[in-house]
Amino acid sequence: MSGLAPTRIGEPPSRLRLTIVPVGSVMIASALPAILPTIAAWAWLPPLGLALFLAWRLLHPTLWPVWIGLPLGLWDDLLSGQPVGSAAGLWTLTLLAIDFIDQRTYWRGYWQDWMIAAIAMSAIMLVGARLAHPTAPASQLIRLVDLQIVVTILAYPFMVRVAAWLDSIRLLRR
Amino acid sequence: MLRPAQYRPGQSRKAQYRLFAAYVVAIVGAVTGLLLAILSVADPVGFAAMRSVAQETVAPAARLTRSITGSVSGIDDSVAAYFAAGSQNQRLRAQVAEQQRQLVAASTLAEENRQMRILLKLAEQGSDAVANGYLLTSNPTSSRRLAILSIGRNAGVRAGMPVRAADGLIGRVLDAGPTTARILLLTDSDNIVPLRRASDGLPALASGSGNGELDVRTLNLASNPFRPGDILVTSGTGGVYRPNIPVAIVVRKHRDGAVARPLADPAKVDIVSVLPAYAASAAESEVRP
Repeated sequence: MSGLAPTRIGEPPSRLRLTIVPVGSVMIASALPAILPTIAAWAWLPPLGLALFLAWRLLHPTLWPVWIGLPLGLWDDLLSGQPVGSAAGLWTLTLLAIDFIDQRTYWRGYWQDWMIAAIAMSAIMLVGARLAHPTAPASQLIRLVDLQIVVTILAYPFMVRVAAWLDSIRLLRR
Repeated sequence: MLRPAQYRPGQSRKAQYRLFAAYVVAIVGAVTGLLLAILSVADPVGFAAMRSVAQETVAPAARLTRSITGSVSGIDDSVAAYFAAGSQNQRLRAQVAEQQRQLVAASTLAEENRQMRILLKLAEQGSDAVANGYLLTSNPTSSRRLAILSIGRNAGVRAGMPVRAADGLIGRVLDAGPTTARILLLTDSDNIVPLRRASDGLPALASGSGNGELDVRTLNLASNPFRPGDILVTSGTGGVYRPNIPVAIVVRKHRDGAVARPLADPAKVDIVSVLPAYAASAAESEVRP
C-alpha cells in the first residue's frame, strides 16, 4: 500500500498510481459489460472501455504513449467477443488520428472533444461490426449498431466526468 | 485547451528516438491487429487460449453478479405480487380448476401416447443432455450475440454442441474453455439454423436480425407461405441440431420471408441443456462462427 499512498504531506503521488489509475480504469470498463448478469438481445450498452479510453486521451494528451491502444485494445477484444485484433488496431489508429488533429489545431475545447470522440467511436463501432460480420449487407450492419452509436455519443460526457473524477483521485495529495 | 508540447522532443536524441519508436510500434501494431481481425476467419490458436484465460478470469465475478441479481429479481417479483393480490387470487382459483380438468384429460392422453409409442417402438432418440448449466452473461456492447455458459470442458462441453432450454433452442457452443464456454445465440446474425414448419414440414432458414428476432426465409423463393403463429422447429439438416427442437414462432410476414420470435428467450431462461452434436462429424466440419 505504501507504493500507492503518499506518506508525507504535500508529497506528489507515486508514479505507480499515476500510471495504474488510467490503465486500470479502462481495463475495468472493458471488463464490466462481460460481468453484467444480463443476456442482451441486442447491443445497447455503449462500449464503456472505448469511451473511457477516449475520454482519458482527450482529457490528458500527454498521458499515454501512442502505442497504448494495442494492449488496452487487445484486452477489450479478449472480453468483448469481437475478432481479436480489431479493437487493438482501431483504437491505435484513432490515437494516431487524434495525434494528427492535435498537431494541426491550436486549440480545442469541450465541444470539439465531444465531436472528435463521437466521430471516432461511430467509426470504430461501424468498422468493428464489419470485422465481426464480414459478409453481412450494409443495411443490416447499420441496424446492428445504430442505436448503440446514438447511446454512446450521448453517454460520452458522462464518461468524461468519470475520467475527470478518476483523475482527481489519481493526482490526490495529502 | 492548448496543443501539448509532447510532440516536440527538442534536442535530446533519446527523446527523439523514443517518440519515433512509439510511432513505429503503434503503426505496425495497428496494421497487424487489423490484419489479424480480418484473418480471424481462421482464429489463431494462441488467441483462443488467451481469450479463454481472460474469460475464466472474469467468470467468477460474473457468477457472483448472477447469483446476486437472481435473488434481487426474486424480491422484486414477491413485492409486485402484493399488488392486486385479491383479484389475482380469484383468477388463479378459476385457473387451477380449469387446469385440473385439463390435467385429467392430459394424463389419459399421456398414457395413450405411451402405449402407442411402445407399439411403434419409437425410442426417444438421444434426448439425454451432455450437461446442464446456466447462461452467465452476454456482452451488451458487442454486435455479436455471444453468451457465456457456466460450464465448460469440465462438464464435457465441446465446440459445436447445440444448447437448448425447456422452451426451445438457444444456440450452439462456439468454443469451450476449462470451466466456461462461449455460446453463439440463435439471435446472432451469423447463426443460420435450418428449420421446418411444424405443421407441414416446409423447409426454411433462420438467422438473427440483430434485435432479438429472427429472419426466416423459405428455400423456395417464389412464394411466401408463412402465416403469423406458425411454429418452426429444427429440421436436422446440416447435422448440428437434431430434428424437432422448437425454435421460433412467426410474428409477421414481410416481403421475402417472415420475422419470428425465438420461443426460448435467453434473457429469461434459467437452466439450459447442452446436447450432443447431432451428427458426430458436425463438430469437426464446423464453419466459421
